[in-house]
Amino acid sequence: MSIPHFLLALLAEGPKYGLQLREEFEAGTGEVWPLNVGQVYKTLGRLERDGLAESDGTGQDGPQKRFRITPRGEEALAAWLRTTPDLTSPPRDELVMKVLVAARVPGTDAHEVIQAHRQYLVELMQQWTRLKEGEARDDLGLALVVDAELFRLDAVTRWLDAADARLKRAAAGPSRPAPVPAPVPQLRRLGARR
Amino acid sequence: MSVLQLRGVSKTYGQEPAKVHALGGVDLSVQAGEMVAVMGPSGSGKSTLLTIAGSLEEPTSGDVLVCGMALAGMPRGRKARLRRRVIGYVFQDFNLLPGLTAAENAALPLELDGVAVPKARAAGLAALEALGVADRAGRFPDQLSGGERQRVAIARAVVGDRRLLLADEPSGALDSVNADEVMRLLHEACQRGVAAVVVTHDAQLAAWADRVVFLRDGRVSGQTTRPPGPESLLTPGEIR
Repeated sequence: MSIPHFLLALLAEGPKYGLQLREEFEAGTGEVWPLNVGQVYKTLGRLERDGLAESDGTGQDGPQKRFRITPRGEEALAAWLRTTPDLTSPPRDELVMKVLVAARVPGTDAHEVIQAHRQYLVELMQQWTRLKEGEARDDLGLALVVDAELFRLDAVTRWLDAADARLKRAAAGPSRPAPVPAPVPQLRRLGARR
Repeated sequence: MSVLQLRGVSKTYGQEPAKVHALGGVDLSVQAGEMVAVMGPSGSGKSTLLTIAGSLEEPTSGDVLVCGMALAGMPRGRKARLRRRVIGYVFQDFNLLPGLTAAENAALPLELDGVAVPKARAAGLAALEALGVADRAGRFPDQLSGGERQRVAIARAVVGDRRLLLADEPSGALDSVNADEVMRLLHEACQRGVAAVVVTHDAQLAAWADRVVFLRDGRVSGQTTRPPGPESLLTPGEIR
């Protein structure tokens, strides 16, 4: 989670105090990710060390110390916004692992495992939808975060549906000979291992 | 009293060896003001459940009750009156009559039920207003956007004192913003006391419902329990 860059963005609006940064971060993200003030000062310390921010320099973290973004900080913020994250290597996903395991452990009904997780995800989405229709209606930051979460969970349920269908077809066996596949590039070996 | 009750409903088509078991022993109960979503893959029996609930088809076995009235053995004329007065339908492809205006489409079920035209039109207009498209009352369906057409379709489904709303992929042909808006409108209809059953494959849309029932191979494979309030999502946690 890019807390340093969000703080730089808030500083780009003008000089601010640590507590102010914490309040504005939480308000700007719909209060979904609470920050403790110690973490704010720790991050500001790193930004200062890296030359991306500077302070009034009383030497002590506290309410009297105001921070501002440096020209180098502005360049770093712009570069971060322009740079796409590295998504080449799929993260190790526990749910994917679970379905892979369920499909091979004897006596395990993979469809039941999938259904249990599908139900849990939909229940979560019901809660987020209620939040969307409640507090998030008048809070743009919260609405964006809630939408992101709903789309994320929706993507997972779609994958579960696809996995369910694929496992069912595999269990039914091939209905016709499979065509000879074209050679596949060795993508798995190109990404960095995590 | 439930607005809709299915008890042990099964439906089979055809004869052996080509018999198809579309539904098997389904129990479902929907109260006034409740929205129930039915999710499942293609062929799971969702649409069959809806047509049986709407009295458009009879089950092979089991009981269907609408507002406490058993559909089994109900005379055709009475069933038709039930469909006109109590049950509203919303389809994926809207099914608006192209030769009628939005107001005429919305009023149609009442006019077919013998309500005087001025009174039916007034009720249709009120339904369009509740759905935010009263200013489109004089337009024909091909002059409306997809989202507007679906609002007119919902107005037609809830006009009068409909108690039960049955929707089959009501947002299927719409983009995500309009799809969300359709579900919001259906949810608002439920808050006014309508009971609704919405068939959808889309989890984001199903999440609008008070309860989600999962179908698989014609049987209920699970349903959501009443989740805690949304405040439970916003507990302090570690930021990664």
